[in-house]
Amino acid sequence: MSDTVIAPSQTQRRFPLWRNPILWLFLLLILSCAMWLFQGISGNYDFILMLRAKKLGALICVGAAVAVSTVIFQTVSANRILTPSIMGFDALYVMMQTLLVASLGVAGFAALASAPKFLLETGLMTGLALALFGTLLHRGARDIARMILTGVILGTLFRAGSGLLARLMDPNAYATVQSVSFANFARAQTDVLSIAAVVTALALAAAIWLGPRLDVLALGRERAISLGLPHARIVILALVLVAILVSVSTALVGPVAFFGLIVAGLAHMISNHMTGGARHRVLLPVSALVAITILVVGQTVFERLLGQQATLSVVIEFAGGLFFLWLLLKGKIR
Amino acid sequence: MIEIKNVSYAIGGAKILQDINTVIPKGSVTALIGPNGAGKSSLLNLIGRIEPLQTGTIDVDGQNVTTSHSGRLARTMAFLGQHTAVASRLRVSELVAFGRWPHCHGRPGPEDHEKVADAIAQFSLRGLADRFLDELSGGQAQRAHLAMTFAQDTPWVLLDEPLNNLDMAHSRILMRKLSDLRDAGKSVVIVVHDLNQAAAWADHLVAMKHGRVVVSGAPDEVLTPDWLSALYDTEVQVLRYADRPLVLSHV
Ligand SMILES: Nc1ncnc2c1ncn2[C@@H]1O[C@H](COP(=O)(O)OP(=O)(O)OP(=O)(O)O)[C@@H](O)[C@H]1O
Ligand SMILES: [Mg+2]
Repeated sequence: MSDTVIAPSQTQRRFPLWRNPILWLFLLLILSCAMWLFQGISGNYDFILMLRAKKLGALICVGAAVAVSTVIFQTVSANRILTPSIMGFDALYVMMQTLLVASLGVAGFAALASAPKFLLETGLMTGLALALFGTLLHRGARDIARMILTGVILGTLFRAGSGLLARLMDPNAYATVQSVSFANFARAQTDVLSIAAVVTALALAAAIWLGPRLDVLALGRERAISLGLPHARIVILALVLVAILVSVSTALVGPVAFFGLIVAGLAHMISNHMTGGARHRVLLPVSALVAITILVVGQTVFERLLGQQATLSVVIEFAGGLFFLWLLLKGKIR
Repeated sequence: MIEIKNVSYAIGGAKILQDINTVIPKGSVTALIGPNGAGKSSLLNLIGRIEPLQTGTIDVDGQNVTTSHSGRLARTMAFLGQHTAVASRLRVSELVAFGRWPHCHGRPGPEDHEKVADAIAQFSLRGLADRFLDELSGGQAQRAHLAMTFAQDTPWVLLDEPLNNLDMAHSRILMRKLSDLRDAGKSVVIVVHDLNQAAAWADHLVAMKHGRVVVSGAPDEVLTPDWLSALYDTEVQVLRYADRPLVLSHV
């Protein structure tokens, strides 16, 4: 046989520590966090630090949640172009919030403490997302074009649903719904921060546990089943995590449409370079680190240097939108 | 032994399999033969629990494929489908290493590394181990998938048209490996179109047509002009060579 040339067959590529991108990304993140916390600080140190730390916490939660939910969703739906937001996950969350206000009444809703409110919303969101996307993904959705179309339709439907509900209950509330239909990183809802942080941490731990199983899932349904992976159960668990993480980021800063797409794309590039394959134990932390760093650095630049509090999300979404178009045009949908 | 009892299968009203009752013996190489669309892949998918059963039961060594623990079944049988493409971008060595998943669940030990290296060597993939799958020729990729299935190291091996894309030499090597597996006490089920490969290497044949088992038995009983002509709706001659049937169908 012609190709029995002896070559080192490595089943795992080991990198020296200093060449490990996770280490560098982590250092970069520490640096950017320090800059965010201490840049130009003067006057009432304690107060300002507290304020900045809270915002930082929100950015960390949002970055990790968006990145990890996108990577998981892309693996489950076997493509690199769809994200939970493109499929309408966060629009669903916003609609559900509106629904809760409508059914409990504005006063009743306000009376709920933020933590139980958040948990209630997240729970409902998870159930709804499972019912909707579980059936869609159960058979391993192969037709990406149909999925995109479905996502666009669902997203529009949910947004229209929240708009309609808001108008019905109170014309003034319509403005509120409108204002939450775009992300704002500067005005993070820090009242739910602590509960959101706990939920995020738990979901991330589950995601890391899921990592090697996602590697098997990525082989495709047939392979995964023949290797003994409880395919349907893993898909459901993955979707639950996605729904929870989307709830976290949407509750904190509102819907972010294309951010996850950029982050997942970058993370795949870095992890391909590192391991040569989609190893989720690498991919998930890398994506989270990349996302948080972009948010923290971006927010520092826009808020402190340019004095533009609310611009970051617009810039990110614009760049993400271009990236989405580029992926579509290049046909890189797998 | 694989026991298939009263298995019928339909997709959207179309009857794909109808009332299949057959036994696939342990410790032998069994070939599923039959024309395109006969239902061979559908039956193999049901045995490999890739699709859920609608009616009837299938037991592999006494394990019901519907109710048994999927992880345990993955240590009983390895399955390679007709369409082998995988979604993720992988190197050959990574793909083959996935064959060990049922045994190590992502934490390979020395034995797993050994089995992977062995499977890579067996399919002469050593020089290609660090290449990505999409950088291989059709036959090389097929060998990588086969190596993964072999690395799974199970008592049963189910292969759907494993000779796809393989050249003459590699086809013969594969068939010999399958008979070596049988000699080592394992059992093999393959779907093949090349009846002479079936005649040369299989101990048991199951012939299917229109979703039914037409005939099953030893190669000498099944590979007769009458059965084959009926099976494929075309004139087929059968000679004998080296004490085995030799099927002539190309002229
Ligand atoms: N997903 C599907 N939906 C509808 N019909 C299907 C589907 N998959 C297979 N079939 C039909 O089921 C029948 C059996 O298909 P199967 O793949 O089992 O045939 P096969 O014997 O493996 O054929 P081949 O030798 O061409 O691989 C065919 O008529 C095919 O058209
Ligand atoms: Mg077939």
